[in-house]
Amino acid sequence: MTMIEAIQNALDIAMGDDDKVVVFGEDVGYFGGVFRCTAGLQKKYGTSRCFDTPISELGIVGTAIGMAAYGLKPCVEIQFADYMYPAYDQIVSEAARLRYRSAGEFTCPLVVRMPTGGGIFGAQTHSQSPEALFTHVAGLKTVVPSTPADAKGLLLAAIADPDPVIFLEPKRLYNGPFDGYHEKPVVSWKKHDLGEVPDGHHLVPLGSAAIRREGQAVTVLAYGTMVHVALAAAEATGIDAEVIDLRTLLPLDTPTIVASVQKTGRCVIVHEATLTSGFGAELAAVVQRDCFYNLEAPILRVTGWDTPYPHAQEWDYFPGPDRVGRALQQIMEA
Amino acid sequence: MPDAPRLSLHVPEPEWRPGDQPDFSHVKIPRAGTIRRPEINEKPEDMRDLAFSIIRVLNRQGEAVGPWAGTLTDDELRDGLRHMMTLRAYDARMLMAQRQGKTSFYMQHLGEEAISCAFRMALEPGDMNFPTYRQAGLLIAGGYPMVTMMCQVYSNDKDPMHGRQLPVFYSSKEHGFFSISGNLATQYIQAVGWAMASAISHDRKIAAAWIGDGSTAESDFHAALVFASTYKAPVVLNIVNNQWAISTFQGIARGGSGTFAARGHGFGIPALRVDGNDYLAVHAVAKWAVERARRNLGPTIVEYVTYRAGGHSTSDDPAAYRPKTESDAWPLGDPILRLKLHLIARGLWSEERHKQAEAEVLDGVLAAQREAEAIGTLHTGRRPSPRDMFEDVYAQMPAHLLKQRHEAGY
Repeated sequence: MTMIEAIQNALDIAMGDDDKVVVFGEDVGYFGGVFRCTAGLQKKYGTSRCFDTPISELGIVGTAIGMAAYGLKPCVEIQFADYMYPAYDQIVSEAARLRYRSAGEFTCPLVVRMPTGGGIFGAQTHSQSPEALFTHVAGLKTVVPSTPADAKGLLLAAIADPDPVIFLEPKRLYNGPFDGYHEKPVVSWKKHDLGEVPDGHHLVPLGSAAIRREGQAVTVLAYGTMVHVALAAAEATGIDAEVIDLRTLLPLDTPTIVASVQKTGRCVIVHEATLTSGFGAELAAVVQRDCFYNLEAPILRVTGWDTPYPHAQEWDYFPGPDRVGRALQQIMEA
Repeated sequence: MPDAPRLSLHVPEPEWRPGDQPDFSHVKIPRAGTIRRPEINEKPEDMRDLAFSIIRVLNRQGEAVGPWAGTLTDDELRDGLRHMMTLRAYDARMLMAQRQGKTSFYMQHLGEEAISCAFRMALEPGDMNFPTYRQAGLLIAGGYPMVTMMCQVYSNDKDPMHGRQLPVFYSSKEHGFFSISGNLATQYIQAVGWAMASAISHDRKIAAAWIGDGSTAESDFHAALVFASTYKAPVVLNIVNNQWAISTFQGIARGGSGTFAARGHGFGIPALRVDGNDYLAVHAVAKWAVERARRNLGPTIVEYVTYRAGGHSTSDDPAAYRPKTESDAWPLGDPILRLKLHLIARGLWSEERHKQAEAEVLDGVLAAQREAEAIGTLHTGRRPSPRDMFEDVYAQMPAHLLKQRHEAGY
């Protein structure tokens, strides 16, 4: 199953289970979404539970907050994470704080899905990774799956969650795993071990990381597309890296991270988003606090450069396996 | 009200979906020449009717009729036809180039060529457009070099934007074409700001804002109307209603409003609807609105009624959400054929000359393509340097970015 099918499957299960789950966004109704994640849902559940909206991200999230406060469980789609900014006020000032400011009288069980990251020649308006803009906001949970099974399990957990969840879907992983070797033919999830998706009510609890590769030499912290890039870099360099897929950035699975770095004594953090004030900075702070006396080398970060995401220079921007591999070698030599 | 019936959600639906037979015969289209032309200083409240009609000049016989006719010379009309033909040929070649893998993405204008081509002819040097991705006619009609447009589409070494932007996101200050953002509607309000700046500076320049029917739902559109209304900004607020926002029909953005133009009424902005497939009508209305802005009489909303005959982009297949025959059934015809018919009817053109012009236009486009491809395409030839990726983030590169550039090996 592809990640697209896994997400569609999760939405189908959630809508089938609970009439309160509603799905809407730009092009998500009749057409089933520009990436097809909501295909067939309008036909199955009707136009009042799955519908097209005007092109207004503010409108999508704002109405979803009203519905969530009423008692529905909206799971809305922002067509690209790059289009999220008009909705940012609603997300930050409203969804994130509704429970707090009303002392629990009004709540916001809302999921905002959005495709994230680059690797599709989408340039500055179809490639961004804005996760740190959400993890910085008290009251939001932020999720980034890296496999179809996790996409399904985490999305079902997000919909069941009583608080607003930002669900970032790495669009380069929609149809198959991507390890950053962009000149290699695309592999489909259907031909990949990680393409297996459990049937039915498969739940992956928010706040639990997964160890994708066990290793002794160095811990790599990654999420989304970068998990596959990190695995490729470990393979290419032959360095015995332990690759941790964070899956949920907030709440963060600190015990899994700390146990790994205490074991390896080295830590490389990888994300596609820009470096400065990125989520890697938060991870580095956690690791130095809890693993200071275990560290045998400074923590390294491999990220997108601090520039907008370019079109022609996509692969010079994207932190691919060569750059991650060099960081692994550098930290082993330190 | 325990006896009131239970509520239900209203979700607008298009009249036809794939498999249905589209029939526009009930759509009220005024006969060409029948809609009045107000004075440019007429009060907005006295011309509300124009937001619910369609100004048309060309009739079925190809004659230019009514009070909006006569704004263009014979030479200008022939130029207009050539501009539209050039844009269509350019689109066809670039669409094919995308299919051949020479670039990542493309967006064509099929059926909408008259709007940007004719509008450009109503502007003066120094005026600034804030376009969407479907107004390349502003560049073609403005004499912008086609080779440069292609270099942008190919993201090669001669792309003026150094390969940073998606294909078709052109930019040329000299040609009155503001850098395209790609995020929808964001630049509508900036056009108002540009126009306000011209007024603050006691200048003579005006601005033109562009938006699609779907994007009028964004808050930026509404903010633009408030500011334009409050400060009577010298701006033309263009709405290109091509019926479809990717898969979403215009009724989703329009909602209970009769027309998109009528949105202007709440703001006291004059609003005109025009046949977007009628080159002469587009030019006449654009000229009217531009003059109004130039005379400090304030903003005008112009809704162009047209049809997006192609896909939204190369990533889109309209057969999934609308009948394949809808485009042919569209009642306002093809802008190129209509202007051609007019020129022939006036003895200024012939089938033979048209064929010849088609061949000349294609030759020109092919020559430009050869020149652009000799420089490079997205994956071949001379590409922008990765070193350049770090430039222009700031006027002066901060130390941390310089360090990153060095780390990248440049």
